[in-house]
Amino acid sequence: MTEARIAAAVGLAALVALPFLLQTDSYYLHIVIQVLLLGLIYTAWGFMGRFGLVSLGHGAFMGVGAYTSSLLWNLYGLTPWLGIPAGMALTAVLALIIGYPCFHLKIVGHYFALVTLALGQVVALLIIAARDVTGGSLGMTPRAVGTSWVALQFQNRLQFYFIALALWLAVLGVRAWVSRGMRRAALEAIGEDETAAEAAGIDVLREKLRVFVISAVITAAGGSIFAQYIMYLNPETVAGVGISLQIVFAAIAGGMYSALGPTVGALLTLSLTEFLRVLFGTNFIGAANTIYGILLILFIIFMPRGILGVAERLLERRPRAQTAPAE
Amino acid sequence: MDIYLLEAILNGVMLGGLLALLALGLNLIFGVIDVVWICYVELVMGGMYAIYWLHAVYAWPFLLACVVAIALVALFGLILHRLIIEPILGSAPINQLLATGGMLFFLQSFATLLFGTDFRNVGIRLPIIELGEIDLSFARLLAFVTALVGALGLYLFLARTYLGTAIRAIAQDREIMGLMGVDQRRIYLITSAIGGGLAGLAACLLVLQYDVHPFIGLTFGPITFMICVLGGLGNMFGGVVAAFLMSQIISIVGFYFSVELSYVLAFVLFIVLIVLRPRGILAR
Amino acid sequence: MLEVSGLSADYGSFRALFEVSLAVQTGETVAVIGPNGAGKTTLMRVISGMLPPHSGELSFEGRSLAGLTAHRIVELGIAHVPENRRLFPRLTVEENLRMGAYLPSARASFAERLSWAYDHFPRLRERRHQLAGTLSGGEQQMCAIARALMSKPRLLLLDEPSAGLAPLVVQQVFDLVRAIAEEGYTVLIVEQNVQQVLELVDRAYLLEVGRIALAGSAGELRQSEIIRRSYLGL
Repeated sequence: MTEARIAAAVGLAALVALPFLLQTDSYYLHIVIQVLLLGLIYTAWGFMGRFGLVSLGHGAFMGVGAYTSSLLWNLYGLTPWLGIPAGMALTAVLALIIGYPCFHLKIVGHYFALVTLALGQVVALLIIAARDVTGGSLGMTPRAVGTSWVALQFQNRLQFYFIALALWLAVLGVRAWVSRGMRRAALEAIGEDETAAEAAGIDVLREKLRVFVISAVITAAGGSIFAQYIMYLNPETVAGVGISLQIVFAAIAGGMYSALGPTVGALLTLSLTEFLRVLFGTNFIGAANTIYGILLILFIIFMPRGILGVAERLLERRPRAQTAPAE
Repeated sequence: MDIYLLEAILNGVMLGGLLALLALGLNLIFGVIDVVWICYVELVMGGMYAIYWLHAVYAWPFLLACVVAIALVALFGLILHRLIIEPILGSAPINQLLATGGMLFFLQSFATLLFGTDFRNVGIRLPIIELGEIDLSFARLLAFVTALVGALGLYLFLARTYLGTAIRAIAQDREIMGLMGVDQRRIYLITSAIGGGLAGLAACLLVLQYDVHPFIGLTFGPITFMICVLGGLGNMFGGVVAAFLMSQIISIVGFYFSVELSYVLAFVLFIVLIVLRPRGILAR
Repeated sequence: MLEVSGLSADYGSFRALFEVSLAVQTGETVAVIGPNGAGKTTLMRVISGMLPPHSGELSFEGRSLAGLTAHRIVELGIAHVPENRRLFPRLTVEENLRMGAYLPSARASFAERLSWAYDHFPRLRERRHQLAGTLSGGEQQMCAIARALMSKPRLLLLDEPSAGLAPLVVQQVFDLVRAIAEEGYTVLIVEQNVQQVLELVDRAYLLEVGRIALAGSAGELRQSEIIRRSYLGL
């Protein structure tokens, strides 16, 4: 236990020191920021995914969050400090509207995944349909004002880095909270056998709704911050099937049963995209996703617990300092 | 009645036939093997590209291109099952969803890689039939009739042949199929090939009416899934009913407002209907 | 005809059969009796190929059944009527029978087999287009047996045909089995209903907790103290 704590402390110190070790306009820092932001979104997805509640439409929440805060800024000058919570609130409502009937009527597994898939599509379609306001498929950019805390825009990456780091740590904290004791046991029970869980007195509806809304809301926040950082939104990259599946892939490849797994997944996907971009330039659009697709399939077949899961299992096999008493 | 509304309704009916065909394939696979091919419409896309290349680029006769495309997609379905579904048949349904999700990703991106994002048209212009003041696209009519014939063919196959009966049986009790002298694995492979073949057939019909591009799955995918869920996943008849219902909604709403809005409304209706009848209109 | 020797098999994670040996000669009717959980169904499943054995030998007409899948074993001439009937509920009676005749060799003579079946099971003819799931328990048992016979098997395995049936219906089922046996079919029947089955068969084995505890002719077993006390309540 203490081993892990020491490792965590060291890791944290390293992360805090990182921007000072690298130049703040460093390419690598740019990658790390994205890893943290996307990582927290993937982790939020994992809240649900690890208990068998697979959403194929998280892009919808990302899109709602990102577009809400960006539109409020562009149209009304509303600071993202209020815009982002607004997006989160809207997302919470959306998640409740979709989640309540689904969970109340025991729509699970395939059905639920397909409903979320449809949701993702509809949000993307709505964004495109409202092209007068959102710019449609061409996307939109938040109005740039240089460096400003109010507008949550910074020329220098340093501030963004720490914002991303803080959020990422916060989401890990939320994960720990969701995973604690009875709550986690309840979700696991629901994941295994809902009717049995219900019979055991677990309020299935409330538990599922809670984890669904939390997951959605965090994703929305992540989407907003991401849009603020990249300064560009587009229904394909921020809503839509593409990003929804990318979220799923990264969370699974990294290992959604582990705390850091999804972040590892983010590292994996970002590295892969960058690697391919360096290698092929823009000649081969679609190369990255093609490989994601293959990898997702391979991971599902051979490594359903993801990279970190395999690593964890390997670590468990190592001889320990103290041997447990023989049974 | 407004003559253009009538035209929209007719178009809706014809669209319904096409969507019904798509739903049939998906429902067949799910009803028998208990797996959802999330990438189903991407298989259709593959078929469309095949036809495009064979007919528009290599100048093969259109019908031949179609037959070849159907065979190719059927083969793909078989391979999909053998290589990807079979290894994970026993594991959580989530895994199967995700594996086919990965395939969706792969197919879309691979198509982008191979063909770019341009819209490609097969270049066949079929006449417009004029009935009084209504214009009916012959392509649509042809698609509708073919879809019906295909559906009928599937029905007869399932109802009257040994293989078809075995396919229906395995959906009801997989474990004892061996006791009937049936190789369960083979039935699954055959069913997958049929599912692929149906997708190929749908490709032939779609290619006459729409341009093909790597993301055409986004246009038809969600609506197909909604239709299947609405009709009860695995319920082939339910899927057909839901297909015609949805196509009418899309057609009529699209007539009064816009296409995008019609899809949004269809989705809203989907949610409402699922709330009223959670297992689908005609649950299994 | 059927030789089982030293057969051990697992049911899930625990061993259900321990070195079971038995034999069935051509034309005989043999029973395996024993209490619930003795391993009778496991035994049937291993013979018909639904379950792989852990060790031991299994041969049919001199041919080893090792490693063969269920559908290959059916081709060799063994038909298994599983416990709980296991008809296809949403197929009609006739479609169920059709499934019984799925083997190419059986398909060729389907029409002839079908009329044979309806002659022996007239109630099925009345209900030929009815969904199998809507039949009564006794009718379902008839249908399941008929279905197994559609492939003209040389060995018929019956797993607890009397389970869940009213006494009068049980009598009908056993009469039917007797008639089938008299036509020359070789039958291996597994049953909890000791009284009636011992009046039906030539020989029997007692299976208790995965082991053969007793073997002999039906008459011998009827006389045995163990059987009389534990299973016949005398």
